[in-house]
Amino acid sequence: MNRVLAAAFAAGALIGAGLAISSMTDRSVVLGFLDIRGAWNPTLAFVMGGALAVSVPLFHSVLKRNAPALGGEFRVPKADAVDGRLIAGAAVFGIGWGLAGFCPGPALVGVAAGLMDAWIFLPAMVAGSFIAGRLAR
Amino acid sequence: MSGWAGGLAGGALIGAGAVLLLGSIGRIAGISGIASGAIEGAAGDRAWRVAFLAGMMLAGALVLQFVPAPPRTQTGPAALLLVAGFLVGFGTRLGNGCTSGHGVCGLARLSRRSLAAVATFMGFAMVTTFVMRHVIGVPA
Repeated sequence: MNRVLAAAFAAGALIGAGLAISSMTDRSVVLGFLDIRGAWNPTLAFVMGGALAVSVPLFHSVLKRNAPALGGEFRVPKADAVDGRLIAGAAVFGIGWGLAGFCPGPALVGVAAGLMDAWIFLPAMVAGSFIAGRLAR
Repeated sequence: MSGWAGGLAGGALIGAGAVLLLGSIGRIAGISGIASGAIEGAAGDRAWRVAFLAGMMLAGALVLQFVPAPPRTQTGPAALLLVAGFLVGFGTRLGNGCTSGHGVCGLARLSRRSLAAVATFMGFAMVTTFVMRHVIGVPA
């Protein structure tokens, strides 16, 4: 159990450090990427490229194993059908992301770092998720 | 580090974290799902989520002490941040994922659902930013 928690903590720490180093906690950098007509800021494309350069080959080799290193089984979504709920959810998320430039990870790191924008954003995010979870039942 | 170098290095760390979580405990590093599950998920399935979020928030805040950090003071209208936060929470719950789950992990699994989700939220985000900045002219 302790190894499971340590692994989860370490994985989270790598991701948190990555978000901070890559300026993804700075919503002006994210908005600079999303605004293709302004002074375009390509940083987010490099972040996604750097992440996928690691995750694409290594997910492939990890998922060829029979089980995760610390036991249990791989809990990977099995659904493959694109449906209206998925597209509607992604569209609503996109609108919110385009409004403020925060997605969930950077907003959480921003709260820990004491960014006032994130402190305003996060409670509304939690409320939105809670309500969507109730409606989806 | 800034710009492309910080982006690539940070992105690689994000990818490494996702690989570590999958390889060690078999879970997808989708931050919206981990966060909502940490609050509302089954009791026996919460501890790893809390550990993950603690690691992410502590390491992220620590690193921001050493790299150029965004301003701590409020930079956007509160109403806009609140509406945006609500939509991000609502949409990621409804669509089962955000930039990390669908973007970094879903695309790495070559998931059709995640590819459709990423194309949709990227498109809607770009249109929204365009409308806000160049049509309405509201600063975010």
